[in-house]
Amino acid sequence: MSAILEITGLRKSYADGFEALKGVDLEIRKGEIVALLGPNGAGKTTLISTVCGITTATSGDVKVGGHCTLRDYRAARSMIGLVPQEINLEPFEKVINTVRFSRGLFGKPRNDGAIERILRQLSLWDKRNNQIRALSGGMKRRVLIAKALSHEPQLLFLDEPTAGVDVELRKDMWEIVEGLKAAGVTIVLTTHYIEEAEAIADRVGVIARGEMLLIEDKGALMARMGQKQLDVQLSAPLETVPEALAGYDLVLGSDGHTLTYSYDTRAERTGITKLLQDVSRAGLVLRDVVTRQSSLEDIFVDLVHRDEEEETP
Amino acid sequence: MNLLAIRAIFLFEMSRFFRTLAQSLISPVLSTSLYFVVFGAAIGSRIQEVEGVSYGAFIVPGLIMLSVITQAISNASFGIYFPKFIGTVYELLSAPVSFLEIVAGYVGAAAAKALIIGVIILTTSFFFVDVQIAHPLAMLVFLVLTCVSFALLGFIIGIWAGSFEQLQLVPLLVVTPLVFLGGAFYSISMLPPVWQTISMFNPVVYLISGFRWAFFETSDVPIGISLFAIAGFTALCLAAIWWIFRTGWRIRQ
Repeated sequence: MSAILEITGLRKSYADGFEALKGVDLEIRKGEIVALLGPNGAGKTTLISTVCGITTATSGDVKVGGHCTLRDYRAARSMIGLVPQEINLEPFEKVINTVRFSRGLFGKPRNDGAIERILRQLSLWDKRNNQIRALSGGMKRRVLIAKALSHEPQLLFLDEPTAGVDVELRKDMWEIVEGLKAAGVTIVLTTHYIEEAEAIADRVGVIARGEMLLIEDKGALMARMGQKQLDVQLSAPLETVPEALAGYDLVLGSDGHTLTYSYDTRAERTGITKLLQDVSRAGLVLRDVVTRQSSLEDIFVDLVHRDEEEETP
Repeated sequence: MNLLAIRAIFLFEMSRFFRTLAQSLISPVLSTSLYFVVFGAAIGSRIQEVEGVSYGAFIVPGLIMLSVITQAISNASFGIYFPKFIGTVYELLSAPVSFLEIVAGYVGAAAAKALIIGVIILTTSFFFVDVQIAHPLAMLVFLVLTCVSFALLGFIIGIWAGSFEQLQLVPLLVVTPLVFLGGAFYSISMLPPVWQTISMFNPVVYLISGFRWAFFETSDVPIGISLFAIAGFTALCLAAIWWIFRTGWRIRQ
């Protein structure tokens, strides 16, 4: 698949010397959904703002659909839709007028059919003649999406689309994103909800302190770093791990009741059968057996934590 | 050229004008009518003719200029300040539009609103005094140029302003005194010589003088100099706006 967005060596320093982006490289392929995960202040919004033209880069190169965002900004920006994090809308304007305005601003001729399709898709059609200030927070967020889609962009940025949104609306938002993907729109979304990335992204990037720590296929990332743990809970506490079980790298819990075994989910032989046999042979009595899989959250926390440790020696 | 974007901005701005019709139209017309009643009919009848024109008619061009300048500035400054204030400016900055197109849309709309108000005040004045327009075309050229140039100034103020107070500051502290002292209600020749010289540094003098010439063929400064002054002022504003967009001053980080 060809790239729709190519970012190379993107840096952004502010006048006060703060470096928001420290040489970011990123390639987004046509048609995928990429989630950029990162803590607050990691540089997610700065990255998006720089691609869209709201912030000027200090150095580096950004191409959208092969068009440089500086030299050929018209062609590049025409392809982009941006849904900002803050709900920035003209309160007294009608929904349909503000969406029509966005379409015109992006140089597209008036097309009532296209606007109607977008508003229906976002369940906004019934509210089209309402003033924006009369809408609920969730509806306002939909208006922002409608504005971003009004000129039929090929690359859509969603900056924390579900921040401060209730669970039901979040699920709705995910459905909208799925629908857009089906329509061929490439989507880059930032979030600090790991479950969101896990639920809808094809690839996941982790950004912290202005650097891309990694960007990887979600499945591969979870498989690579995704280990599974087996907790063997014992009836009687142990002082140390018995000699007979030394080969398993077991970790004994602090209360002496739990032995934890880590294994690779993709391995042919996980070693579980043999372990349990050996546990039985060692004369230990089992009370319960539990397995756990590391989530994207564990991976993320681990990565960001490791990065912070390297930064502060 | 993204003409559709200019059109979108223009129509969006005009829709605000029509949405707040009472505020944007009725109040300037009402306040100007009051000027006519007070200065034209009540006091004006006791004032002798100025340069062969009755005082009531003499102040018509000045009054129109006063309203048009104030309106052009406030509409344009509010037009660009409001998106900055509520955050919708992100859309302008991320759209495939050049600074010229943004300016054309906002300044065009602000100038159009000011022009509409100017024409309505002129029409209103016919009900109060006997006004003759010697050079209608020149009158229109002056009116349009004034609307455009002060809308440009308003646009700059709107970008500079960091609060609603600052938005009011320049019009209140600079523009209103310049217009009142620019000969809106008197002829510069009525002043003592020292003040006549000082007045020549007031750019509004050239506008009102030229505009009044289009009505009555009397002026404080030659018409050519008036035209040159307003063209220079427009060019200055355009250059400032070009610099603002090139450097991203106060709008792009």
